[in-house]
Amino acid sequence: MNLKALPQRRRGAEDAQRNAKTLAFPLRCLSLRLCASAVRFFLLAFAAFAISSAPTLADEGGRTARPAIDIANPGKCVAPAEEMRRNHMEMLKHQRDRTLRQGVRGEAASLNACIECHASKQTGSVLGSNDNFCQGCHAYAAVKLDCFECHQPKAGFKAAGVKP
Amino acid sequence: MSSQDKNPRRAFLAAAGTGVAGLGFTVIAPGLHLMAVAGNADAANAADARKPGSAASPAVRWGLLIDANKCAPGCRKCIDACHSENGVTEKLPDPRQNSQWIRKIELVDRRTGHSTQLPMMCQHCAKPPCVDVCPTGASMKRADGIVLVDRHICIGCRYCMMACPYKARSFVHTPLHEQNPEVPRGQGCVEGCTLCVHRVDKGLQPACVESCPEGAMSFGDLNDASSAIAKQIASVPTTQVRADLRLDPGVRYQGI
Amino acid sequence: MMKPDPRNKESLFYLTAAIGALVSATGVAAALYMEHQGHVVTGMNNQIVWGLPLIVAIFLIVSASGVLNIGSMASVFGRVLYKSRAPLAGLLAVAMLTGGLAAIMLDLGRADRIMVAATHVNLTSVFGWNMILYPVFYSLVAVYLWTMMERRMNPWSKVVGFATFIWRVVMTTGTGCIFVFLVARQAYGTALLAPMFIIMSFAWGLAIHILTQAAMYAANGTQLPALVLQRTKNLLGSFVAATLYFTAVMHLANIYFAKNTAFEYFILMNSEFTSLFWVGQVLLGSLLPLALLYHPATAARGAWVNLASLLVILGGLIQLYVFIIGGQAFPLDIFPGYEVKSSFFDAEVDHYAASLPEMLLALGGIGIAFTITLIGVRVLDFMPHDDPAQLEAAGSKTD
Repeated sequence: MNLKALPQRRRGAEDAQRNAKTLAFPLRCLSLRLCASAVRFFLLAFAAFAISSAPTLADEGGRTARPAIDIANPGKCVAPAEEMRRNHMEMLKHQRDRTLRQGVRGEAASLNACIECHASKQTGSVLGSNDNFCQGCHAYAAVKLDCFECHQPKAGFKAAGVKP
Repeated sequence: MSSQDKNPRRAFLAAAGTGVAGLGFTVIAPGLHLMAVAGNADAANAADARKPGSAASPAVRWGLLIDANKCAPGCRKCIDACHSENGVTEKLPDPRQNSQWIRKIELVDRRTGHSTQLPMMCQHCAKPPCVDVCPTGASMKRADGIVLVDRHICIGCRYCMMACPYKARSFVHTPLHEQNPEVPRGQGCVEGCTLCVHRVDKGLQPACVESCPEGAMSFGDLNDASSAIAKQIASVPTTQVRADLRLDPGVRYQGI
Repeated sequence: MMKPDPRNKESLFYLTAAIGALVSATGVAAALYMEHQGHVVTGMNNQIVWGLPLIVAIFLIVSASGVLNIGSMASVFGRVLYKSRAPLAGLLAVAMLTGGLAAIMLDLGRADRIMVAATHVNLTSVFGWNMILYPVFYSLVAVYLWTMMERRMNPWSKVVGFATFIWRVVMTTGTGCIFVFLVARQAYGTALLAPMFIIMSFAWGLAIHILTQAAMYAANGTQLPALVLQRTKNLLGSFVAATLYFTAVMHLANIYFAKNTAFEYFILMNSEFTSLFWVGQVLLGSLLPLALLYHPATAARGAWVNLASLLVILGGLIQLYVFIIGGQAFPLDIFPGYEVKSSFFDAEVDHYAASLPEMLLALGGIGIAFTITLIGVRVLDFMPHDDPAQLEAAGSKTD
């Protein structure tokens, strides 16, 4: 699975990178998630106002750029790429609820399993740069990624002082 | 992590079925269940790892028995083991803002001067006030009695910390990066002892129990009359902390 | 009184609105900073988990309910005098609830999950009830304002007023119940808190209404009718006295219970909260306003009544500070009868000092309430219009 941008779509890739820089980086840095929820909060009180001020994504029309993603271990996924792209969030969400709330272990969908396969060879992580698996696509799609506030994004990570 | 069952709905049905079957099993044939788990005394404490795809069973009630007489003064092994197992490593300038999933408490009886110490953690109540007050249902009790925080829906209101009679919960005051993969925890959520749920589900004992050099802590199924912990509780006097509140904690103490 | 120059009035509005907006924006910025750094930048910790933003939020939310008492006096208890003042009360209620909710929600550890709070409701939680209580309150007040301000809807105002009255009693009971349903805290866990919060809401809400109304009359260069002043200040006096009464009963009962004596000694005799309680809450917040409201030399003067209202507000904030911070600073009694020591500060009295971001967030909540009120009274007619004939009729009756 190679998602590297095609040569003729060079400009699009640059746009994507610029978008990722201007939209996604401050998204983490300035904690735009708070802004987003403040917007949602005011949405309840001042619906009309909020709708008019909600951020809209630039539509690139036909020249759709694709994110450049480096997958360390391709081809071993629990489902075909098309299905994963569309449904990974639903799969993870239902799995997380079953695992945490009911105690079901060993399911096919597992965030840790995603990380083990998809962590970049350079950084050992699914985050860190826009070439890395999770961050790359989420920055491209400008979708907030909330897993790693709590989950460890590095494969095989052991906290300092933990027995091997 | 591998799984034999890739169909989530089937897995769910199986999980639900196991839960119901487990309940029926103990109601109808407690003796059989008991035989299934009974082995040598140590291994009987922790049941075998649950089958992949099966849910925690309401027939089980995990608990701890802590013998304060055996707890050695100055020893911090359980605390270190817990905090390293769970990746609780941050050191903030104000120590009151650091998380403590488990702590050592030194007690001196005001009237007699008798002194004891004991480890204190989430008491995994049967009627947990933290679960009652949680506005989103993030604070929850698993079918097998383990009280957890679902950080996916915790909004960080800290009401559970106000409600807990044991000061057992901490609030994560800073962004974290050193989490262990099996123990997610993060800024802005409340957390506490999970009874090492990730180990228990694999059939292991909680880190604190395993680390205690004095053997002062034992872990097991309180509902299973043949488990070492249940036998111990039946034979020696034990107490629940703040038993007057009638919360029925799953952690019991001996020698206080 | 001299009529102010309309041009000055115009610039005064824009100046105060700008200040209000600035204070609100600073509050939101402070919340963003807290969100980014974590609560490490606050004075809160694992023992004192609720700090200044929550105190101000509870004050605003309780007052929002209480201020509507003005409306209820007219629509439920038939007091003509308050009828023309009810719309302002409705505006203040909406403004203060908004400011209070903003402060409380921006203080959450995960403020970005407000939608989670709205979509996952645990009905055994008092905070969970609030997810139902507050939106319904908003809607009821909005409809109530509509029935009062739209002439054709006037006939409905009594019914809606009554519904609002019931709802805000329930709502403030809920606010009190946040502290009622705490099984192990010595400062809380008494059902007395529910009615006490309702009485407190009456006092604080009325005090805020009196000051807002005074500011509006001053800006318009008109004078509050003496009868109105006299009636409202008597009402405020009775609410302040009732709050003091509840406070006394609660502490007296606690002093008798041996398990709570240490806590009472802590609050009333031997802590940083002692002077706040006696000087701030009792003397400045209750006794002095009562003296000002009933002493013949000050009782009939608007300025003194305003000062008394200001003191009631200040006393209310101090009361909540002592109640919320003091209640958490005193350690849980996990092992009754034992000396306790631990690395987690068990059995130790905690100390709280609000940090700058917390103060700014708390102020921001007040700023939001202020700005909404200011813009509201500017764009719509919330100025009370008294009918002299009705006033005279009301004055001849003895209430």
